[in-house]
Amino acid sequence: MGVIVGKDTRAVVQGITGTQGNFHTRLMLDYGTKIVAGVTPGKKGTEIHGVQVYDTVKEAVQRHDANASIIFVPAPFAAEAALEAIEADIKTVVLITEHIPIRDSIQIMTQARQEGVTIIGPNTPGVITPGECKLGIMPAHIFKHGVVGIASRSGTLTYEIAAELTKCGLGQSTCFGLGGDPIVGLSFVDALEMFGKDKQTKAVVLIGEIGGSAEEQAAEYIATMEYSKLVMAFVAGRTAPPGKRMGHAGAIVMGKAGTAESKIEAFKAAGVGVAEKPSDIGELLAGRV
Amino acid sequence: MKLFEHEAKTILAKYAIPVPHGALATSSNQARKIALRLKAPYAVKAQVLVAGRGKVGGIQFTNTFEETENTAKKILSMEIKGLKVNNVLIEEKIKAKKELYFGITTDRSCRCYVAIASTAGGVDIEEVASKTPEKIIKTFIDPTLGFRGYHAREMASKMGYLGKPMLGLAAIFEKLYKVAMEYDAELIEMNPIVETVDGEFVATDARIIIDDNALYRHPQYNERLISEEKTELTLQEIRARKAGLVYVELDGNVGIMGNGAGLMMATLDAVQLYGGKPANFLDVGGGASEKQIVAALDILLTDQKASVVFINILGGITRCDDVARGILAARTKIGFIKPIVIRLVGTNEEEGHRILTEAGIHVLNSMEEAAKKAVEISRSG
Repeated sequence: MGVIVGKDTRAVVQGITGTQGNFHTRLMLDYGTKIVAGVTPGKKGTEIHGVQVYDTVKEAVQRHDANASIIFVPAPFAAEAALEAIEADIKTVVLITEHIPIRDSIQIMTQARQEGVTIIGPNTPGVITPGECKLGIMPAHIFKHGVVGIASRSGTLTYEIAAELTKCGLGQSTCFGLGGDPIVGLSFVDALEMFGKDKQTKAVVLIGEIGGSAEEQAAEYIATMEYSKLVMAFVAGRTAPPGKRMGHAGAIVMGKAGTAESKIEAFKAAGVGVAEKPSDIGELLAGRV
Repeated sequence: MKLFEHEAKTILAKYAIPVPHGALATSSNQARKIALRLKAPYAVKAQVLVAGRGKVGGIQFTNTFEETENTAKKILSMEIKGLKVNNVLIEEKIKAKKELYFGITTDRSCRCYVAIASTAGGVDIEEVASKTPEKIIKTFIDPTLGFRGYHAREMASKMGYLGKPMLGLAAIFEKLYKVAMEYDAELIEMNPIVETVDGEFVATDARIIIDDNALYRHPQYNERLISEEKTELTLQEIRARKAGLVYVELDGNVGIMGNGAGLMMATLDAVQLYGGKPANFLDVGGGASEKQIVAALDILLTDQKASVVFINILGGITRCDDVARGILAARTKIGFIKPIVIRLVGTNEEEGHRILTEAGIHVLNSMEEAAKKAVEISRSG
């Protein structure tokens, strides 16, 4: 079980012949992920770690019955890669690429919505359902099969918290990064909906940061829907000065909008436990799931 | 990348959006010459990339050439929010009957562009939105359709205009959308666009922020980025940019580096939680090489503000042994000229710890413990 990816995921790697694509294909194969084909235009007929490479996503899908894609293509070409995957009937697309122009991201998301495709990212570490499938670049050894679902706007902070949970004996159902950009495919509300329906997931951890209002919307959703599962949150960037981008393109306080205080307040008002430090999440959850 | 007002106005004019007649001056003498060509009265406007220049005397109105020259001289010697004024824009002052707002930006929730208009222009639009939300008119833009003439006319009409003025205003809105798309603007606004006493519309102030990730499509700004280095960045910021590191200058005394934006932000928060003040945000990113670690440490060790350096690494793609070797290389190259607190866990952790311990450097496992220790040192120094 878990969400987004699992045992039935059959993935294509777009940009498989690049340094990152090649390296992470090996790590994903090692984890047991079914990487069924690779795509790099002009490289049809080659093989990477035993995986066949094609020129187009369509051909890879036709020959290997793929239903997911992970994209390692550089930013100027990433939008086209994502649109190609959508048109080839792929239903789950993980966009690892960072620095995609906003205008391109908006086009990708519009197309994905029309075609009913789930986009993870851009600028995400990807998604992992421990023990079943890893479609991403996260270090696999810190995750363990279990009942906590994690959705996060940050990569390393997810690792920090997942490692802490694993240490406390709390495994995870699925962990995924929404992506560090202002325009991303999934929101915290989407994550709550998916985890809400997943039988394996008993508790949800949301790792937010400054910028936008995804956290406030999640809090409102939890309050109005009387969300049935336990939710914990951490919000990074309490000390971030307004007007400065803190590493992620989406992590910016504009005027009074997007502050950590507003997010923390909203979560608390919705009855969500907010951790002061990343290491508190484990303690907050221990004994409750 | 933020554009100066005069750059934004030049672009608008190219798209036939009316802007006041005027030109840029770098000296008071030049300001006088420009005024000679224009109709009085004049507006003298400091060209700086921060908001709120009007409140500190960065925008003034004059009636004669002499006055314009003197005012330009005064403004050119000003510093606005720490930024030196290098240029002033000299324009014909527009007689406004009404000040309006129109802008286009992105909306995260609907994952699209949004056009925003208001009859309460010339003031901070966020203030308007929070105090009098009924004065804000929004149109979410379907990216496949774009912002069409009928969208623009609907907005102008909702602002209370009829007939020719409604059509004229709508035509300007449509043009601004075109600019936004063609320049990859993450924010573009005319605040205000004024209705003149003659019933015309003129953008008297304009702001454009270009999406940094799209700058590769706009090579005409490469030079601007280089000059920005000369004028606006601190020494540490320039060095970070050259080394491919993400760096934000802050005003405390705990120098901090880490991998990943979220972890870095959480590290700053932890330092503050224990009573310390971060000197900076420095993200070495995923898979940082030994060389990048040395570059990052070089920036922190030589930062006058920092009295202690705190390294927080959680290795995923980044390997702890690479980081450890980078730390040793930095010790050889620069020397540990201030105390260093290291937290190093994750991929190849044992090897990383062994390298450092054998070199006599103590390593911690918990981020909180390390943050506490760094703060203690910063307060005793």
